[in-house]
Amino acid sequence: MGIIKAKNLIYHYIKWDEEEKAEEISEAVRDVSLDIETGEFVAVLGHNGSGKSTLAKHMNALLLPSEGTIWIGGMDTKEDETLLEVRRTAGMVFQNPDNQIIASVVEEDVGFGPENVGVPTDEIWRRVDECLKAVGMTAYRHSSPDRLSGGQKQRVAIAGVMAMEPECIVLDEPTAMLDPNGRREVIRTVRDLNKEKGITVILITHYMEEVIHADRLYVMDGGQIAMEGTPEEIFSRVDELKTLRLDVPQVTELAYGLRKKGVPLSPCILDTEALVKELVEIKRQRTVQ
Amino acid sequence: MMRDITLGQYYPVQSPVHKLDPRTKLFGTLVLIIALFVADNVFCYLAAAVFLFGVIGASKVPVGHIVKGLKPVLFLLLFSAAFNLFLTPGEELAHFWVFTITKEGLFRAGMMAVRLTFLVMGTSLLTFTTTPNQLTDGLERSLRFLNVLHVPVHEIAMIMSIALRFIPILVEETDKIMKAQMARGADFETGGLIKKAKAMIPLLVPLFISAFRRASDLALAMEARCYHGGEGRTKMKPLKYRTADRLAYLLLLIFPTGVVLLRVFL
Repeated sequence: MGIIKAKNLIYHYIKWDEEEKAEEISEAVRDVSLDIETGEFVAVLGHNGSGKSTLAKHMNALLLPSEGTIWIGGMDTKEDETLLEVRRTAGMVFQNPDNQIIASVVEEDVGFGPENVGVPTDEIWRRVDECLKAVGMTAYRHSSPDRLSGGQKQRVAIAGVMAMEPECIVLDEPTAMLDPNGRREVIRTVRDLNKEKGITVILITHYMEEVIHADRLYVMDGGQIAMEGTPEEIFSRVDELKTLRLDVPQVTELAYGLRKKGVPLSPCILDTEALVKELVEIKRQRTVQ
Repeated sequence: MMRDITLGQYYPVQSPVHKLDPRTKLFGTLVLIIALFVADNVFCYLAAAVFLFGVIGASKVPVGHIVKGLKPVLFLLLFSAAFNLFLTPGEELAHFWVFTITKEGLFRAGMMAVRLTFLVMGTSLLTFTTTPNQLTDGLERSLRFLNVLHVPVHEIAMIMSIALRFIPILVEETDKIMKAQMARGADFETGGLIKKAKAMIPLLVPLFISAFRRASDLALAMEARCYHGGEGRTKMKPLKYRTADRLAYLLLLIFPTGVVLLRVFL
């Protein structure tokens, strides 16, 4: 069993009317089953309202499934006794950087998580030093979070989660409120953590460019998993993605169009360099002929 | 304009007073307040002055900076001094219209003015030399005994420190909403008091809604990071008494004893 495993997960959002009777029940997550291995970089894609955030909140036991089960590191999230252990195993980074930083000094915020789980003082300091270094924010350790840019704040938030030494990090649209620079900063940090520290990463997003380096993709639509596979597999199904109201990266779409017109490109091209390389190769072959 | 609001007005310099444990400083402030209310003759006040200015000197906060902090209470100060001046019965010094100034009145007015001035200077010295976070930590630790009475001391301290953290964010947000409403023709500047108060409604409603949303987000983020109250929590920066604190406590015993002795024997 992988680090995160869900079986037939269903979650109902219930809207109550004034007499506290259920007025409307909507299924935000419908019968989702997934299995994520330790060390994987998994991305979950989907447009707004596809249920991806609801799914993410299940991985941290912030929401409990209405039906079905989800196991984090082998622990059922519905068990009360292991609740803290579940949250320690799967850390979570949220969308709004301002609303998840608790302390008014960067280093104190990173220490907040370990304080909560009762880590001894010396060990907290060691972890804070290490995590700030890992996200490249050591220089700002005494600053107030208000003075940081959005990308820097998100990196502090990531360090705060890392300080609890989780086995996996769930990032719920961590870049949605950032500018392109901040987005790159955050994604690079997350990739480094995955590569160097072997942390399992679940990245929830609707930006295609961020998921091309993932090991595996889940595409969600209407609360269900609509597609699953490697980025190459998913992005070669351009038409299918369009019916799910998702855009492929610009380069991929260009390559897709060229292929349709008869240019002999490989089925899936994810970045500019790959496209340039193939085009140059084609041109060279043509001139040789 | 709204960005300039600072709470706690910490004065960042390196000094022995800044380095003291916040608990020591809280206790010191308490001692000063009590001593000032016990004091009833010139010598007591002299002792208090020596103590207060000694600490101010050690804190490296300029006296001028502290005196500036008296401005908001100036009215209160003059008011209470005037009351004492005119309404104390005793040996008459001067008389005009309905006012009578007596010798005792003059003396008491002076005392009152000095007492209030010292009080404000002493307490503002506490906030000048202690960061808001240290202050909440100190309060949490010193009021821990209230836990016996089921007072949620840790929770209150947590609320205080989060409030401090969100002040600049909410100020910025107020600014933003204000500009957005002004762009749509809202008028916050003209009109009488009532009209101005009414004009605040389109500012306050969105501000409250957004504050609640932030609170809910923050609660979720805290829960995700295993926050579950003060139980079983460790501290990254635990408060520790050092030699300087022990010396300060010694001083804080000598000073009030001196004041009491001066009051009894002089």
